[in-house]
Amino acid sequence: MRVLSLGRWLRAGRVPPREPASRPSGHRHSGHRPQGPPQQKVSVEVLEHLEHLALVDFRDSEGVERLQKAIQFADQLHEVNTDGVEPMDSVLEDRCLYLREDDVTEGNCTKELLENARETVEEYFVAPPGNIPLVKLEGQKTFLQGSK
Amino acid sequence: MAAVLAMVARGCGGVWRRLRQRCAVRPGSGPFPRGERAVACNARGGMMSAGKSGLTPWIPVVGLEIHAQISSNSKLFSGSQVQFAAPPNSLVSFFDASLPGTLPVLNRRCVEAAVMTGLALNCHINKKSLFDRKHYFYADLPAGYQITQQRVPIAVNGSLSYSLCIDNKMSQMVTKTVRIKQIQLEQDSGKSLHDDARSQTLVDLNRAGVGLMELVMEPDMCCGEEAAAAVRELQLILQTLGSSQAVMAEGQLRVDANVSVHHPGEPYGVRTEVKNINSIRFLAKAVDYEIQRQIEELGNGGTISNETRAFDSKLGCTVPMRDKEGKQDYRFMPEPNLPPLILYDAKSLPANMNHQQVINIDWIRERLPDLPSVKREKLVEQYGILPEHSFTLLNEDGLPEFFENVVKQTQMKPKKVIGWILNDLLSYLKQHSLTVKESPVSSFLLADLLNLLEKKEISSTAAKQVLATSLSAFPHTCKQARDLIALLLCYVEMLVTKWDGTEDAAVTEKNWCLQGF
Repeated sequence: MRVLSLGRWLRAGRVPPREPASRPSGHRHSGHRPQGPPQQKVSVEVLEHLEHLALVDFRDSEGVERLQKAIQFADQLHEVNTDGVEPMDSVLEDRCLYLREDDVTEGNCTKELLENARETVEEYFVAPPGNIPLVKLEGQKTFLQGSK
Repeated sequence: MAAVLAMVARGCGGVWRRLRQRCAVRPGSGPFPRGERAVACNARGGMMSAGKSGLTPWIPVVGLEIHAQISSNSKLFSGSQVQFAAPPNSLVSFFDASLPGTLPVLNRRCVEAAVMTGLALNCHINKKSLFDRKHYFYADLPAGYQITQQRVPIAVNGSLSYSLCIDNKMSQMVTKTVRIKQIQLEQDSGKSLHDDARSQTLVDLNRAGVGLMELVMEPDMCCGEEAAAAVRELQLILQTLGSSQAVMAEGQLRVDANVSVHHPGEPYGVRTEVKNINSIRFLAKAVDYEIQRQIEELGNGGTISNETRAFDSKLGCTVPMRDKEGKQDYRFMPEPNLPPLILYDAKSLPANMNHQQVINIDWIRERLPDLPSVKREKLVEQYGILPEHSFTLLNEDGLPEFFENVVKQTQMKPKKVIGWILNDLLSYLKQHSLTVKESPVSSFLLADLLNLLEKKEISSTAAKQVLATSLSAFPHTCKQARDLIALLLCYVEMLVTKWDGTEDAAVTEKNWCLQGF
């Protein structure tokens, strides 16, 4: 069941599986925007997972709706038939990767770097303990938690 | 002179006492010390009996993930320096701190190091490899992602051969192989210092961006001993190549062990990952403990969860790590700022490219130094020593050269010399935690002593005593002074005390010592 088409692809880290011959191949759609896969609502588990990964907070239903629309928009990519075509990662793929000589040319700018930090202790950056938590405003639950 | 003699005389009493004590030879001074074995691992089959009759045996499966810090002047994608101890955040460039507008620029030396390592481990080098981003949030990863090579790494499908002694005897060594799945280039993260008292973490980015080679091994091993032997051999290979200094204590070689157990014929069990292993000895202990723990847990009807555990070296056990919450979703994506890495060989060398921009695999292959296994074979062939001796020799930094120097300067056969090196000299060095370079006795001195023995001018017992005496004299002074004082000591000893050897031998020994002047 494809709840979140792109999400599943991104999580698996693989190229999305090609749709089997249920679609016409090489068929161009002009003007008319096809529906694509049945429009499922993004599930709460997936949204929580995304919140945790991206450290963002879906404050209200408008945010979730916007996400849903964004996914729908991106799903249009599935209309293109890419059978037998190697995925392209970057338009730089034909460029030469420049190799640098192993010389020390940078560093020694502790003061400048620490200026960016709100809080420092003896030339160390200060961070919250353990891992970075999702910031929760006091007394206000996230939209998702409220919607449960 | 008088002062020296007085000093020597003062030290005499203790030396004489020590001479009386037997010099205990450390048993099995092989690739790693043999501590108590928590697990009886059959080096041939890998199966362990459950101990109680009637129960099916368990097969432990061990796979290692090793991160080796590349030995280079500057970092993988930036020009800041690579150095172990430095003031916090002093070796950090704007790119390492992930300031906006900075881009990665690949260090040629790091690529060469990875290619060398791949060739030494019999890998297939991918002429085209790609860089990816692995996303996760942590304070010591300022960008929020690590640049690595997940899809197409630089080297794949290699193998590492290592040897271990079966049945605790040095005389029976068996060679095993572990397959290398892949070697990839990736960035190191910074260092976090956890300050629980003030509920904060201090972050030092000096290490952020340093080049790492991640070596992923297939789960071909079955116990701590095998894992330790494989890592030891890998360490020797990396040090010989110079691609990494591979000192575990300095974090240049980090090993994570994946451990699971299953019954024969059944699929692999759930694996746990063991981290925080700081030495090869601890690696063996951690793996064996984890195998035992899993067997006991499953034997009691429990289950193993796919978790990450830390090895507590003080308690000698593994404990669950608090920090990991569930399975991480790394959202791998191609690194958009780096085109593919293209390597060439003699056939595909491009005509019109700047030499500095071209890495030729065949050129690197031709210049690989002799790997430890080749060095051992040469020692066995050239000097007629036993294979297990060659292992012990190569295991100590500088010992093969010491041995060869002695052989050059003495008429004694290498097969006999090796006994003196490994039994008398090495055991002393080990007992006093000295390196070969810090040896109180030089190869010249030892060769001279052995020559006397060969000419039958002194007895074997006497020679052993002289050597032991010389070793116990002032071990930490500079070389020439050491030799001089050792000679003086011999002279004084012989004048003052009676040797067990004959009168003739005593006189000859005095003459020998005087020759040094």
